[in-house]
Amino acid sequence: MPREVDRNELQHMVEAGAQLVEVLPEEEYAEDHLPKAVSIPLGRLDDEAPTALDRNRPVIVYCWDIA
Amino acid sequence: MSPRAAWRLESLGFVEVYEYRGGKLDWMAAGLPTEGTNAKRPRAGGLARADVPTCRLDERLGDVRNRAREQGWDAAVVINSERVVFGLLRAKELDLEADQQVSQAMRPAPSTFRPYVLAEEMAAYMRDHERVSVVITTSDGRLVGLLRQEDVSG
Repeated sequence: MPREVDRNELQHMVEAGAQLVEVLPEEEYAEDHLPKAVSIPLGRLDDEAPTALDRNRPVIVYCWDIA
Repeated sequence: MSPRAAWRLESLGFVEVYEYRGGKLDWMAAGLPTEGTNAKRPRAGGLARADVPTCRLDERLGDVRNRAREQGWDAAVVINSERVVFGLLRAKELDLEADQQVSQAMRPAPSTFRPYVLAEEMAAYMRDHERVSVVITTSDGRLVGLLRQEDVSG
C-alpha cells in the first residue's frame, strides 16, 4: 500500500536517492517541477515506468495536489 | 491523480512507493524552489522585501514607528515568535497615538499572498485593488516579506 510523505520527508528521501516522479501532463512539468523530478504523465506510466524507473529504489509520485 | 499513479506503480512491481499528497501546490506555497520555464519568471516571493521591519503585538506603537522610519520604511509587519503574521502597520496606522500598543493600532489579519504567484499577476491585482503593498507568507502563515507596488511594476 503506498505511503504518504510530507515535503520534509520527501526532501530527505530524494537526497538519499529516492526517485521523484511528476505525473501531470508534460506541459505542466515544463513550466514548474520539483528539483530532481522526472516527468511521466499518468497516461504513460504503464509504458514508461518499467524502463525509466528502478523497481528496487523508492519512488515518490506527486501531481498538483491530491486531485 | 497521484493516488492512482502510486497504486499503479505498486501493481507494476515497485515495492517502495510513496505519495506526496501536498503536491506541487504545497511545495510552491512553502516558497521552495522549482525548475522549469516559469522558474525563471519573477514571483512574489523573490521580489518581496524580506527586510521589512517587524514588531510584536505588545510593543509601543511609537517605538515601532521610530524604528521603521529610521530604516526608511513607512510600514511594519506584526508577527509572533514563529514569524506568523498577525497584522500590518501602514503609514496611516504608524501615525496613530504613539503610546498605544501595536495590537490596538494594527490592521488585523491582512490579506496575504503566496510566494509562487507570478509578479505580473501580483502587479495586476495591486493595480486593480489600489494596494500599495501586500504581505507575502508561506502556506502556514509565516512572513516571507512585504511586496510593494514598485517591486512588481517594473
